[in-house]
Amino acid sequence: MNALEIKNISVTYDKQPALEDVTFSVPEGSLTGIIGPNGAGKSTLIKSILRLIPKLSGDVKVYGKPYKEQRKMIGYVPQRSEVDWDFPTNALDVVLMGRYGHIGWLKRPGKKEKQFAMECLEKVGMQDYAKRQISQLSGGQQQRVFLARALAQDAQIYFMDEPFAGVDAATEKAIMNLLQEWKKQGKTVLVVHHDLQTVRDYFDHCLLLNKTPVKFGPTDKVFTYDNLQETYGGALSILTQESTLLQEG
Amino acid sequence: MNSLIEFLSNPNTQWVLTGSILLGFASGLIGSFVLLKKQSLIGDAMAHATLPGVCIAYIISGVKSTPLFLTGAALTGLLATYFIQAIVKHSRIKTDASIGVVLSVFFGIGIVLLTYITKNMGGNQSGLDDFIFGQAASMVRGDIQTIAVGSFLIILFTSLFFKEFKIAVFDPNYAKGLGIPVGLINSILMALVIGVVVVGIQMVGVVLIAALLITPPLAARYWTDRLGLMSFISGIIGALSGVVGTTVSTIGEGLPTGPLIVLVTSALFLLSLLFGKSKGLITRFFISKGVRHT
Repeated sequence: MNALEIKNISVTYDKQPALEDVTFSVPEGSLTGIIGPNGAGKSTLIKSILRLIPKLSGDVKVYGKPYKEQRKMIGYVPQRSEVDWDFPTNALDVVLMGRYGHIGWLKRPGKKEKQFAMECLEKVGMQDYAKRQISQLSGGQQQRVFLARALAQDAQIYFMDEPFAGVDAATEKAIMNLLQEWKKQGKTVLVVHHDLQTVRDYFDHCLLLNKTPVKFGPTDKVFTYDNLQETYGGALSILTQESTLLQEG
Repeated sequence: MNSLIEFLSNPNTQWVLTGSILLGFASGLIGSFVLLKKQSLIGDAMAHATLPGVCIAYIISGVKSTPLFLTGAALTGLLATYFIQAIVKHSRIKTDASIGVVLSVFFGIGIVLLTYITKNMGGNQSGLDDFIFGQAASMVRGDIQTIAVGSFLIILFTSLFFKEFKIAVFDPNYAKGLGIPVGLINSILMALVIGVVVVGIQMVGVVLIAALLITPPLAARYWTDRLGLMSFISGIIGALSGVVGTTVSTIGEGLPTGPLIVLVTSALFLLSLLFGKSKGLITRFFISKGVRHT
């Protein structure tokens, strides 16, 4: 069963094409790394799927139904840099935001919601920081708060935008554990990822993207030297490292 | 002292003070979201842009009618906001420059129209001059009722949409992902800001009403790290500024209300900057000293 079917997505920025004709289908319960050079449109792809930015064309089906009907099944972890961490709020409050879609208009989160949010913080090892102002958290801790918020959303398909960027070892481990737990529960996860060295460890599927998909499929088959060279084009400095790794592996 | 007691026991004064408290609280409350959204200056431009609206309403109708004035004010205020956003969207001009241009053009037109009215339409009787710096003393019961009811509605709506405003300001993309209509929420927020500006200009004036949106939340931020408490403290600071400024302005005959309100707000801001619970400069100095000694 395909959790997600993406058909012919195209996006332009200022009349410049950012994504061209992206089509792929993601099987249920898979962990997909979205990989490609800077400016390849990785974040743009998730944002256009989630309808955060307008598409020129394209269609998204979630478990065979239109995206709009299935929105509650979708969770999103934005890039950490997208919000103002000086905002006057604490970790628990941010996690509670994950429940806003369930709570509905004009109502306030109650005791049950707070309890659940607290459990989500525990799952990422952040329960001791619940009342901490968010600007006083380290980058990794902020990322874990975002993870807890995604957990609180209780979605079936998760999109994560560079969750591993600039985090400490504890957070990296927390993200890994969460990804594995989600996989076990049959949830589907798509992650924008930069670090080529860890792709094989983290993901069972790969989307190699450079404005248009170069390849999509199981990591063993897709994550090869030739495909990477095609994706990254001239950016060989990264590839030299990678090719030695691949040949050794 | 006697004059103050006499002043406070006058039912007209009590009306004016109630109005100023509600207006101050409403602007402080909604101002918190405007500040966090980093749109304080748009509020300022909107306020200045209400002047031509008031003048045009007078030129067309030829009578002094508060509802007409406020309608005109709202229309040109909205138009200015639209222009600011359209300029940013369709050109390479950044928001700050766009605000600067629109603010001065609208305010310029307002001043020209005001001069025309004063010279040709017996504008001294129109009381339009009072719209520049505000004049609480010149307001009649109906004006105050407009302020009180308008402010009360703004406070009510802000409380109702608190959760939605919070997420739409903090993380709009995530909110959109949840299916929350962020565009609509932002429009409601903007409408409430226009509301405060429009009902407030008669009391505080078009030049300075924005200070009542900007300064109270800035001061409140020095006392707390929680949005709920921040917006409440901001409301209290706004209300306090409103009531003190209005009192001084009404007792000291002819003193414009707006500047006095702003002076009180600024004094409260200065106090917060120095002594704020967690972030005040002097508080921080003593905290760091304390840490060094232990």
